[in-house]
Amino acid sequence: MKRVALAILLSIIAIAALFFGKQFIDHDADDQAQQPATPLDLSLQRTRGAYLARAGDCMACHTVRGGKAYAGGRAIATPFGTLYAPNITADKETGLGQWSAADFWRALHDGKARDGSFLYPAFPYPNYTKITRGDADALFAYLQTVTPVHQANTPHALRFPYNYRFLLAGWRALYFTPGVYRNEPLQAPEWNRGAYLVEGLGHCSACHTTRNIWGATVHKSELGGGLIDVMNWYAPALNADAEAGLGDWQLQQLTALLKTGASPRGTVFGPMAEVVGQSLQYLQDDDIHTMAVYLTAQPQKASAPALTSLQPDAAKGQRILQLGSKLYENHCADCHRADGSGMPPAYPPLSGNRALTMASAVNPIRMVLNGGFPPSTNGNPRPYGMPPFGQMLNDQEVAAVVSYIRQSWGNRGGFVAPQEVNRYRSVPVD
Amino acid sequence: MAVIMFRHLLPLCAILASLCAVTPAHAADTVADTIAQRVIACTACHGKEGAASSDGFYPRIAGKPQDYLFNQLSNFRDGHRQYPLMSYLLSNLSDAYLHEIANYFSEQHPPYPAPQPVTATTATLARGRALVWQGDADKQVPACIACHGQNLAGVAPAIPGLIGLPRDYINAQFGAWKNGVRKARAPDCMAQITARLSLADINAVSSWLAAQTVPDAARPATVGILKLPLSCGSIMPGG
Repeated sequence: MKRVALAILLSIIAIAALFFGKQFIDHDADDQAQQPATPLDLSLQRTRGAYLARAGDCMACHTVRGGKAYAGGRAIATPFGTLYAPNITADKETGLGQWSAADFWRALHDGKARDGSFLYPAFPYPNYTKITRGDADALFAYLQTVTPVHQANTPHALRFPYNYRFLLAGWRALYFTPGVYRNEPLQAPEWNRGAYLVEGLGHCSACHTTRNIWGATVHKSELGGGLIDVMNWYAPALNADAEAGLGDWQLQQLTALLKTGASPRGTVFGPMAEVVGQSLQYLQDDDIHTMAVYLTAQPQKASAPALTSLQPDAAKGQRILQLGSKLYENHCADCHRADGSGMPPAYPPLSGNRALTMASAVNPIRMVLNGGFPPSTNGNPRPYGMPPFGQMLNDQEVAAVVSYIRQSWGNRGGFVAPQEVNRYRSVPVD
Repeated sequence: MAVIMFRHLLPLCAILASLCAVTPAHAADTVADTIAQRVIACTACHGKEGAASSDGFYPRIAGKPQDYLFNQLSNFRDGHRQYPLMSYLLSNLSDAYLHEIANYFSEQHPPYPAPQPVTATTATLARGRALVWQGDADKQVPACIACHGQNLAGVAPAIPGLIGLPRDYINAQFGAWKNGVRKARAPDCMAQITARLSLADINAVSSWLAAQTVPDAARPATVGILKLPLSCGSIMPGG
């Protein structure tokens, strides 16, 4: 019911927005200020664009597994249906071959297609709007050099009413403000550079911020963590000590994590392994440094994790922890050690590891079920892997060992129910 | 103390090798900088050193030719072969690392497990044996041994062995080829052969293959076959 009511509300706003004209939804003061770049050297501009495409991890969405670079087609599952990332190679018919730099700027900055229709915000233009015109032009110059691939775009498969693009007028009026990143004058240049990368091209908040019922990342919860819809991984808060908050991380621990995928504090896995493997490992050390400066400077919220599932009574809890302890000794302790200290960077510590004790236990459950490898990176080309245990342990056993890990060595997480484990056996791992 | 206790456990570990398969051989203070330690994740399903077991689904990877293993690893990673957990695990690993992993498992030669008790009829086994050794000229199906080696242990560097694999696994591969889910680089000879086989043929071949006791000394042939009966893209580099 709530959704229907909101759909009607959005429709009304959309129609009003269309009726009152562009002003209502295109309140953009930047357009005049952002003149096209006039590069002195086209090849330098393209090189810079290639680097920025890495920083934005454009390839992650615009390339299918094993497919031709930037030819599109990757399915992006959302609660509203499935979107298919378009071809952004230089192909004249199916790619961006006929686009101009101004068209491209409008897509990034205003979230509009070449024909002026609204783009779906699965394309993270609420982040990309912060990109400068110079960087947008460099990105475009690079993409025009990408080998053209003739591959028609797959039409989106969105449910009614989301398949009507004009309704996005309402969404934009509520949740989208175009505007290039502006330096905070009270902050150091490196903080500002980090903010530009994290909030703009890096589009970290696309995952690390809870999306509301309309799929919008709400500004006041920026980087506050969120379950990635449909993918079913939890992107932790980067600003809450109860989660993977970075407040007590040393700068070089975070730069190691971002650049190599492994650090003394933790190891990347799930979607973040792809981000490091395809994007962050290629960034220059000074850019990684500025991102770490910005992230570690985030104000930390000390919120106690809420327990999601029903907690067992003391006697039952004791039995679960005994089983968990036994399983841990048999299957986990050789690598993660009996005291949970791990052997980082090969095997991350579990003691004090906040990726494990967040309110949502989806990440540790999925790690136990599916195991995983961090990415091959220059700094860690032959990563140590974790075995999957889903084929060996039943739901009760996985729940027991995750419950044990979440409550040992000073960790303060809650019990996990076998039903929660079962739910994540059937989500797509790929 | 832990180390002393561990020493007492070592013989036990050797006896119960299958139980210890998933965990590293010992809880040292430092992580062994070996490829074996790095790929312990693989042994959870494929068994210690990739030996697998004969009663499950997971294939033996130990001793398979290295290019064959690399082709499968990169095909899983790049979505050309379908098994979601494999694709997930390999998603972010480099070609260089996959080559190293393939080389490592190709060099392992743990003993083969005993085959499972045979349930197929004598007639089925006879048909299976005939297909493996002679093929079926009427159906234009070559003998398995024509490509996979006289001892069926494969041919280096890119043709896999067929023995020491669970019957369910062999059936699943034929099924995947029939459905077009498993593909190799064109010309895809196994797809052509599978299309010519009936389900009864497939059952006969898999039943016979899975019933064979494999000598521990079985190794892929190293001398290339001069002429394959079919043209196979999978044996070319990058297949």
